Amino acid sequence: MKVTLKVWRQKNRHTPGHFASYQTPQLNPNMSFLEMLDVVNEDLASRGEEPIAFDHDCREGICGTCSLVINGKPHGPHRGVATCQTYLRSFKDGDEIIVEPFRARAFPLVKDLVVDRQAFDRIQHAGGFITVRTGSPPDANAIPVPKESADLAMDAAQCIGCGACVAACKNASAMLFVAAKVSHLGLLPQGQPERYRRVQAMVKQMDAEGFGACTVTGSCEAVCPKEITLDFIARMNRDYGVALLRGAPKKIAGGGA
Amino acid sequence: MNSMISFFKSSLGKKYLMAVTGILLFLFLIGHLIGNLQIFGPPELINQYAHFLHSKPLLVWGARLGLLLIVGIHISTAAQLTRENRQARPVAYAVPPVYGSSWQSRYMLVSGLVILAFIVYHLAHFTALLPGINGVGDFRRLETTLPGGEKGRDVYAMVVLGFQVWWVALFYLVAQGLLFVHLGHGLASMFQSLGFRNHVWAPRIAWFARGASTALLIGYAAIPAAIYLRLIGASHAEKAKHQLAVSPAGPRMFSIQTALSPLEADLSAETGKEAAK
Repeated sequence: MKVTLKVWRQKNRHTPGHFASYQTPQLNPNMSFLEMLDVVNEDLASRGEEPIAFDHDCREGICGTCSLVINGKPHGPHRGVATCQTYLRSFKDGDEIIVEPFRARAFPLVKDLVVDRQAFDRIQHAGGFITVRTGSPPDANAIPVPKESADLAMDAAQCIGCGACVAACKNASAMLFVAAKVSHLGLLPQGQPERYRRVQAMVKQMDAEGFGACTVTGSCEAVCPKEITLDFIARMNRDYGVALLRGAPKKIAGGGA
Repeated sequence: MNSMISFFKSSLGKKYLMAVTGILLFLFLIGHLIGNLQIFGPPELINQYAHFLHSKPLLVWGARLGLLLIVGIHISTAAQLTRENRQARPVAYAVPPVYGSSWQSRYMLVSGLVILAFIVYHLAHFTALLPGINGVGDFRRLETTLPGGEKGRDVYAMVVLGFQVWWVALFYLVAQGLLFVHLGHGLASMFQSLGFRNHVWAPRIAWFARGASTALLIGYAAIPAAIYLRLIGASHAEKAKHQLAVSPAGPRMFSIQTALSPLEADLSAETGKEAAK
């Protein structure tokens, strides 16, 4: 099969970008979308043209590095699948496929289809961790965790931080990502001591990065390759409200000495 | 206090403000509808209700100022959020991403703005009673004798005459339709914004939003629809109409003069009363 690619080309964030059309060489329908880009790039390189820059790493749907908005949908046409596991059999011979980078102020463009997603790292640095060492895997049931909490925490922990939620949201909001990270630790016993400080710190950093707010449209959960749901955003909102009601910690006389 | 301020300055805090003011406005809509549905009773019912409200200025003005504050917070927060949300994506997509989101959620700003325009018109129409915008005449002249023997405003005749005008009834119906759209998304989302949602409650909340917004639509739209179709009040309105006809203001076209003359009349009456004291 062959397709026509309409790809966003931009040298760097200081020069304006444009769409360029490429006719692909002969393709195998069982190629992944990224393998198709590899073939196109090889073809471009052999003709002395600049290859298309795109992000990729594990190519098995667990690292969160690949991105791309394919025909207006982050990670392509399927539900619960990242770009690297989107295959050409999902398209028809002769299709025109429009490929754009993730677009958000907080994700500045680096080149072509590559954007800088360090804003997510900075949100994680603000509170997406447990300060004390939690040790090596403990004996089973040494710390009791209700099965329901473990399941929910696992659902949230599936977030690979790819940023598709931001790319899909009409407000470029990062709430689904932050909610997943807040809930993942907030549902487990090890995460309790810093639960409310964590949600405040991460939301503060999220706002500072210039992401939008949530309008509950549900686009984020529709594109999330790990199918994280809007319920987690409600959980984050709940924790944020509880954090306000709890207030700042009591001042300790003598500085706690 | 500082934590309060930083809370309501954050993106999540602003959504809390939208949700809390939204709930209060929703409660007002229910109360207002119950009051208005008295139009389906005899004329004395709603006239006495209106008279009762006007005899409690503290209650009425307290409610009006409270509502003004709530609406003000709801709109100014929405404006801030809209600005921030637009800034969050400076370069638009070539293919607009429209999947997974309900159409109601994408038209909250549009429906909200039309509802705002409606509120301004509604206040001018039935609260400030500006003549010239209602297509009928000066509603201030409509008077009736209440069962208690007192003179009072004939609110029943005012509403019936008001909605017998086709474009007024149509505007009210369009506004109710958009309120239905606005609430269809807003009523479900306010639970999300305040954190009251999980996999158990999400479908129940969706049903509540659908049911409550539909109930309000039916209730509110029934009034102008029933009146325009002459199902209620037509004979009463016919009898009350003569009070408008004695208007010395002449043709009922909109002009500053006709708009202000009743105000002036009221003012002179007030000052007359003051002088009499």
